[in-house]
Amino acid sequence: MLDFRLYMAQRLSALIMAPLVVGHLAVMIYAVQGGLSAGEILGRTQGSLFWALFYGGFVVAVSVHAAIGLRTVISEWTRLRGGMLNGVAMAIVATLLVMGGRAVLAVTLV
Amino acid sequence: MLDDASIAETDHAADSIAVSVWRGDASGGTWETFTVPRQPSQTVLDIVTWIQQEADPTLTYRFACRVGMCGSCAMMVNDEPRWTCRTHVGRVVKDGAISIAPLRNLPVIKDLATDMDPFFDKWVKAEATHHPSAGRHDDFAAVLPDDEQRVEASAGIECINCAVCYAACDTVAGNPDYLGPAALQRAWTLYNDSRDDAGGAILDAVSAQGGCHSCHSMGSCTHYCPNDLDPMGAIAGLKRATAKRFFRRGRG
Repeated sequence: MLDFRLYMAQRLSALIMAPLVVGHLAVMIYAVQGGLSAGEILGRTQGSLFWALFYGGFVVAVSVHAAIGLRTVISEWTRLRGGMLNGVAMAIVATLLVMGGRAVLAVTLV
Repeated sequence: MLDDASIAETDHAADSIAVSVWRGDASGGTWETFTVPRQPSQTVLDIVTWIQQEADPTLTYRFACRVGMCGSCAMMVNDEPRWTCRTHVGRVVKDGAISIAPLRNLPVIKDLATDMDPFFDKWVKAEATHHPSAGRHDDFAAVLPDDEQRVEASAGIECINCAVCYAACDTVAGNPDYLGPAALQRAWTLYNDSRDDAGGAILDAVSAQGGCHSCHSMGSCTHYCPNDLDPMGAIAGLKRATAKRFFRRGRG
């Protein structure tokens, strides 16, 4: 059932990512067209719980989604199976969470 | 795709054809070339038979019905899986040459004959076997051809177990545990058959490791199926059914 659980986790994380990607693109276009400077953007995101949750949620969804996809690619391209395969997948999750988490904290922490 | 007139024309285009045949066994092999006379309406299976009868009686291959019913004679023709008995030479010959090899993704026994055991073992593993919902003392089940579920079931019943889809599937090539398109299509057929009583067991079986969720929907199975069936669509049906069950259970 692990295959099925991973399949569902990947679909559900995609379901979470889709509106967040649209929101992110919309905000980017708005910020560029409005001529906001980096400082003005940070002024809006720092200390904002909304943006912390928005991009924090995106980082979690990406980490889960990408790690499951890469786990499948690795299992089909290499002989990695079982614990080793899951270990690599967990390392990918952790790496993405740390990298993404640092980026979110950098723009939302006061 | 050549029409019949073009095939007839190609039939008379050359007197002979250079046929590369893979010779060997599970430990390895090599290509051997034979010069085979061209004949009108010649099939790839005709070529293989000619080689065995006229050139080398030690050539091993498998066939039975010669009319596209039994699913025994599938081979790789110019690196693509085909039912050889229904493949006209005129459709596949390139510059007067053709290559014939054993089916991909299956262990070779000898020359062009593959061991089909892994293929059929996966049918059983996918619960693609009939689980009767009634006994001999019950009335006949009413099967309505237009019923929505019956239409889904009927879509896959012409499968002849030739393993062309299995040989075409890149997911099988990358993941030996993957049950493959044919077994999953039969599971979907039985899942939709009102006379089958094990829908839950089928969904459990196809949700296990190597089940329908391993499919990447590349579509080679549907592209190469000689009977124009749609195993990829059947697998998508299984994915939908398992996801629906997941959400139903989630709601409690």
